[in-house]
Amino acid sequence: MIDQIVQGVLLGGYYALVACGLSFMYGVMRIINLAHGSLAVLSAFLVWYITEQLKVSPFLAMLVVVPIMAAGGWILQRAVLDRSLRSGPLTPLLSTFGIAIIIDNLLFERFGADTRSLAPDIGDLSYRSWTLPGGVTVGQLGLLTLGAAVVLIVGLQLFLKYTPLGRAIRATAEDRDTAELMGINSRAVYAAAAAIALGSVAVAGTFLGMRSTFDPYAGGAQLIFAFEAVVIGGTGSLWGTLFGAIALGVAQNLGAQVNPQGFLIAGHLLFFVVLAIRFFAAGRFSSGWIKALRRAPA
Amino acid sequence: MTDVRAVSVRRWSTVSIVAIGGLVGILVILAFGPLFLGSYLTDRITTLFIYVILAVMWNALAGYGGLVSVGQQAFFGLGAYAVIRLSEAGVPVYPAMALAPVIVAALAFALSPLALRLRGGEFAIGMWVFAELAHLLVNLDGLIQGETGRSLIALSAFAPDVRRANNYWFALGAMTIFLALVFVLLRSRTGASVQAIRDNEEAAASVGVRVMSTKRTIFVLAAAGCAAAGALTLSTLITFQPKTFFSVQWTAYMIFMTLVGGLGTFEGPIIGAVVFFVVESLFGASGVWYLVALGATALVFSLWIPRGIWGTITARSGVQLMPIGYRLLFRK
Repeated sequence: MIDQIVQGVLLGGYYALVACGLSFMYGVMRIINLAHGSLAVLSAFLVWYITEQLKVSPFLAMLVVVPIMAAGGWILQRAVLDRSLRSGPLTPLLSTFGIAIIIDNLLFERFGADTRSLAPDIGDLSYRSWTLPGGVTVGQLGLLTLGAAVVLIVGLQLFLKYTPLGRAIRATAEDRDTAELMGINSRAVYAAAAAIALGSVAVAGTFLGMRSTFDPYAGGAQLIFAFEAVVIGGTGSLWGTLFGAIALGVAQNLGAQVNPQGFLIAGHLLFFVVLAIRFFAAGRFSSGWIKALRRAPA
Repeated sequence: MTDVRAVSVRRWSTVSIVAIGGLVGILVILAFGPLFLGSYLTDRITTLFIYVILAVMWNALAGYGGLVSVGQQAFFGLGAYAVIRLSEAGVPVYPAMALAPVIVAALAFALSPLALRLRGGEFAIGMWVFAELAHLLVNLDGLIQGETGRSLIALSAFAPDVRRANNYWFALGAMTIFLALVFVLLRSRTGASVQAIRDNEEAAASVGVRVMSTKRTIFVLAAAGCAAAGALTLSTLITFQPKTFFSVQWTAYMIFMTLVGGLGTFEGPIIGAVVFFVVESLFGASGVWYLVALGATALVFSLWIPRGIWGTITARSGVQLMPIGYRLLFRK
């Protein structure tokens, strides 16, 4: 039981990593990017391809893929999202869904249906672990993933708080028109935010590839996990997303104890239970987390 | 100031009377389809009817209700699953197909208080999560045995030709019923309410629109329509495989058809379904590139041709075939 919870927390580290970019884009631009999961899988394939071709460490390949994806995010914002944001709240959903279909099928066309993994490329890191008193094993890769998620979140918070661009992003997220009046170029800010979000997606994709297998159509599941983490944690806060991701990972691992299919079912059920609390019971509680749920934007 | 008496409001026009007459005429001719179409075409046209139902339902939800869902495959799959379950429980197969949408509609009604409080993208993916959950729970059913699936054995009591003609008439009947329901709904008070909610929920509520019950009507209707399409698809495929029926691809098709035909128009999704049907017949066999092209087309339409084929035509020409809106006329 304790072991399952510890493993769930570590799994939550990965969900936090993949949810970060989704949460960030939603917070700044009010866009839920339906291609988010597919972009993470695309990143995993890019890292895998570079690793195979150049025989380098996936971590090194990641350093190449992060700027590529960031540039992709900038282009995505300029070429697609800017335009779709202008035609109302529904259009970004439709256009990003179209992009997801394109990415998934192009990946299938290029790489076929085989499942891949980066695990063979990182040596014994994929299975090395420490044993805690009480027989609980802590995988080093899992811990590294959780650490990366925390570093990413802390980094983003510091960036938003102390840098000029971070301030511009916060101002634009708060009120785009007023930010424009203060001399902020909101289009450039959005493009920068999309670049940051997709840079984080590249990191998430790398860890996806190292900790498990992936295939061209794995994007939908990644999107759903990321989205569940964001909603469970209460939208609008990166720390909330980390909390939600860990709750999701723990629920899934406990569900798997009940039934082989329980892994996914428990995660989805937790998602709906949290929604029910948010909509029907939030008024009766006053704890911080419940309040954070109530604040969740429409 | 224009004198108020100098204007009048009209719903029907000569064009729309001709169009409705034409539509009814086409439906009557189609009703005799199996007698002259031959087995291949009968099967294909049955599929077209199913596509029309799917497109019209997704359009009712998104184009009129402003509710973009990526999880309509939930109701599609549950409709097929309900037929299997009812049939195993001893209900004759065709009554089971008629009953399945009703059961799924009741389920959608139960889900609506939770689902309809989600807005925008949250609703979109929230419905997808629901579809995944429905898929997993159906997999747990001992009758279905995970991805092994189950066949609709009761259908084997009918000769292939009889089955084919029955499928055709059932699909035609379901399509006619759902088109009529959407037509009546859009002309009623609910039609105006639901479009007001789509355009601005708070403003609609402030002028007295009952937001929740209006959204629920359209949500439940769309669920029933998708369930009917799922039941019909099962009757053509015979085998129920959860993976096929709960695939997000169904929703991708719905989005494609609606976007291409014209989001938020009555005629648009019908045209979109015909376009999709033709494209699929021509290129469906080319596999992955065909799917890439579908995604790219959806992207292009959402960005540059947001009104779709039919919306663009009406905007240019002012023609309105279906008497759904209102027309303000100034007297000379």
